[in-house]
Amino acid sequence: MTIDALELIDLRAGYGSIEVLHGVSLRVPPATVVALLGPNGAGKSTLLKVASGTVKPTAGCLHVGGVHVNGAAASDLAHAGVCRIPEGRGIFPNLTVAENLQMWTGVGRLRAGEVAERTFTRFPRLGERRKQLAGTLSGGEQQMLAMSRALLVDPAVLLLDEISMGLAPLVVADLYELVHSVAAEGIAILVVEQFARTALAVADHAAILIQGRITRAGTPAEVEEHLSEAYLGGAA
Amino acid sequence: MTTFLALTLVGLVVGCIYALTACGLVVTYTTSGVFNFAHGAIGMVAAFTYWQLSVGWGLPVWLSLLLVLLVMAPLMGALVERVLVRPLYGAPIGVTLVVTLGLLISLIGLANLAWPPTTTRVLPKFFAGRTVTLASLVVSYNEILVIVTAALVAVTLRSFFTRTRTGIAMRAVVDDQELAALAGTNPQRVAQLSWALGATLAALAGVLLAPLVTLDILGLTLLVINGYAAAMVGRLRHLPATVSGALALGLLDSWLIGYAPGGVVNVLKPALPMFLLFGAVLFLKQERLRAGSLAGVRMPRTPSFRRSVGSAAAFVVAAWVVSGQLSAANLATGGQGLVLAFIMLSLVLLSGYGGQVSLCQLTFVGLGAFAMGKIGGGSPLGLLGAIALPAATGALIALTVVRLRGLYLALATLAFAQAMDVIFFSRALGYGGNLEVARPSLPGIDLGNDRTYFVLLAVVFAVGAVGVLALRRRAFGRRLVALNDSPAACATMGVSVATTKLIVLTASAGLAGLGGALFGGLHGSVSPNDFVLLNSLLLLLLATLGGLYTVSGAFLAAMFYALFPVLQNRYPGLGQVSYLLTGLGALSLGRNRYGMGGQLADLGERLRAWRLPAGQQAEVLHAAG
Repeated sequence: MTIDALELIDLRAGYGSIEVLHGVSLRVPPATVVALLGPNGAGKSTLLKVASGTVKPTAGCLHVGGVHVNGAAASDLAHAGVCRIPEGRGIFPNLTVAENLQMWTGVGRLRAGEVAERTFTRFPRLGERRKQLAGTLSGGEQQMLAMSRALLVDPAVLLLDEISMGLAPLVVADLYELVHSVAAEGIAILVVEQFARTALAVADHAAILIQGRITRAGTPAEVEEHLSEAYLGGAA
Repeated sequence: MTTFLALTLVGLVVGCIYALTACGLVVTYTTSGVFNFAHGAIGMVAAFTYWQLSVGWGLPVWLSLLLVLLVMAPLMGALVERVLVRPLYGAPIGVTLVVTLGLLISLIGLANLAWPPTTTRVLPKFFAGRTVTLASLVVSYNEILVIVTAALVAVTLRSFFTRTRTGIAMRAVVDDQELAALAGTNPQRVAQLSWALGATLAALAGVLLAPLVTLDILGLTLLVINGYAAAMVGRLRHLPATVSGALALGLLDSWLIGYAPGGVVNVLKPALPMFLLFGAVLFLKQERLRAGSLAGVRMPRTPSFRRSVGSAAAFVVAAWVVSGQLSAANLATGGQGLVLAFIMLSLVLLSGYGGQVSLCQLTFVGLGAFAMGKIGGGSPLGLLGAIALPAATGALIALTVVRLRGLYLALATLAFAQAMDVIFFSRALGYGGNLEVARPSLPGIDLGNDRTYFVLLAVVFAVGAVGVLALRRRAFGRRLVALNDSPAACATMGVSVATTKLIVLTASAGLAGLGGALFGGLHGSVSPNDFVLLNSLLLLLLATLGGLYTVSGAFLAAMFYALFPVLQNRYPGLGQVSYLLTGLGALSLGRNRYGMGGQLADLGERLRAWRLPAGQQAEVLHAAG
């Protein structure tokens, strides 16, 4: 039996007195892409925040690589191999591209020079703009910079939150090709996405989250059948 | 030419010291988002500790410097971050401001305990007496030391922030704290480090400044506050602009003394940094309107009109009964409490409901007392003036600062209060002297009688409280709270943010002014000391501790404030302890931002819950937290 890269057991969490996740169980095995779908406000982003330690669970268990990590700080979970690319752009807009890359060396034993070299070989466009403030890059370039963190730190589990947001369809296609190649390296990935079909195309498993509860889970094909009723409220 | 060079040198030295303190302020603010009002106090404590070590205990200078700059200051900064600042991340500016104000007040209290102002302390200059002559200009080694240190610090800081991973991490945390954590950097550790660095810079400024002036607790604290102006020039972010601002301030200050005619110097000189601060805040770029945030905390309930009138009537009767039992001295203390409670009502309106932080409330109080004292000897005309003058000033200030919010509004009002203090009050009330203020006259009632005046004060407070609560329940009150919650939402709904702010600032200034007239009447006279900036800070701090959101909180806080001088007279040692306690009380605000009044309201909710059926009971208790 393999140990799941990420496992949520009957997890509850929320903000202040408002509970968002009412007991969610989800498993992400190694070398697997799991797509988490659901309408706005279902708690998808919150689930990723809990999994990465930004929001603390109030009940249930959070396991990373089989280790119980409830209440661990986000920075500690990062060292334990959880890598979340947050919604919007996962970059520091007021630092230069090179400085952003230097921040990625917070996890692992990478040296700044090595990080820059590996990133600029993969994304030559970033190399041309290394002295530029990251906030002045185009949307696609910013997302490349954000994704470069996932490629460098060799995470145990990668959490992607709406990486397609505000990007042109062609760029999105590029990004998902990248996701596909990362998955092929054996990294567990949990994708949250509004473009359900894009995510399902790369996923091995899928689950639908509605109002803080998983209402359906299975293969992408099974889940796709129930998508419209989930989004249009039929299943609720 | 030599005069010019000499003046420039002096200005440069002072400017360098301002630059050090301002850089420290910028470092802590940018990395933690908490503006440290106690920055000057940390520098002051460092200077005194340095005196204690090097002069008091006779340790060698190098060892004293080492202990103060590399041991005490960083530890102090780290400790402050851990204990005071960490629970505050994401808290509204009103709360963070008051907590650091609390630290300022307790450090001043602590310093007064440890180094009683009765003895004079002098620090020798570094390399005492040694000078070098450069092009007909005599430069002391001390001056060279200051300039070289500042230059070194500026260069080191610059490369620290752009070249080292820790420095980049500090800037990254400012940009996006959450992302920094996701990338494996512990934002709290970074913030702690930056507070340690900030405190060290404050200490360095304090130690370098102390030999140039007399060691005076308040003076030293305020001098370091001048660095605020420089920090604002750099928009609290940009280090090179901050340094230039500091140098400009130092040079202007020095040239002013040398070249401006005496009259102008006397008026302008003490207030120069405050003018600069006010100006820098005014010309700041417009920040984006903040959208509302999720409120996890429940506000205390506003009592109904009938309830508040009933409580007010009971309060007045109780005041009348109690006043018969009080000695003359206690009557004066109680009256002081009632006046302060009334003044705090203006803060409940402005800061509690409206969320606008004002550090110049006592300035309006002073203006009210001034108008009452100058006009009509207790006639209704005087009362009218006591409301109109501060209200008009408040409106004027509101028009000037209408686009400022939060920290910037606080800093603008701080500058205004300090400038009024040194320019207006010290002169208009007679130099250091007293202005007689008559009690208002009512037909058929002798207000000269202390007991009658006490009851009048109780009536005025009760009416004011009922009025403020009534306002809270009306459309204007809802607009105020909405403005506090989300200016952006207000603006999109067609509520004029500017008009609402103008009205509330004017009304609150008028209320404070009326309080000032009554305050003057209670004591018979007022002096500039009654309205100094520090007292304004203390007023806001205590009002927040009592609970800015509740009328009962204002009353509790005012009574406590009124007891201060009594305690100090009776037990001289204890006076400073009460300052210290007040400051420490601010610690609790990180947890309950509605203060004592809020906790009382909570208790009320709990008691009410006992009478409800079990299901509802659990709900109410859950909501009450």
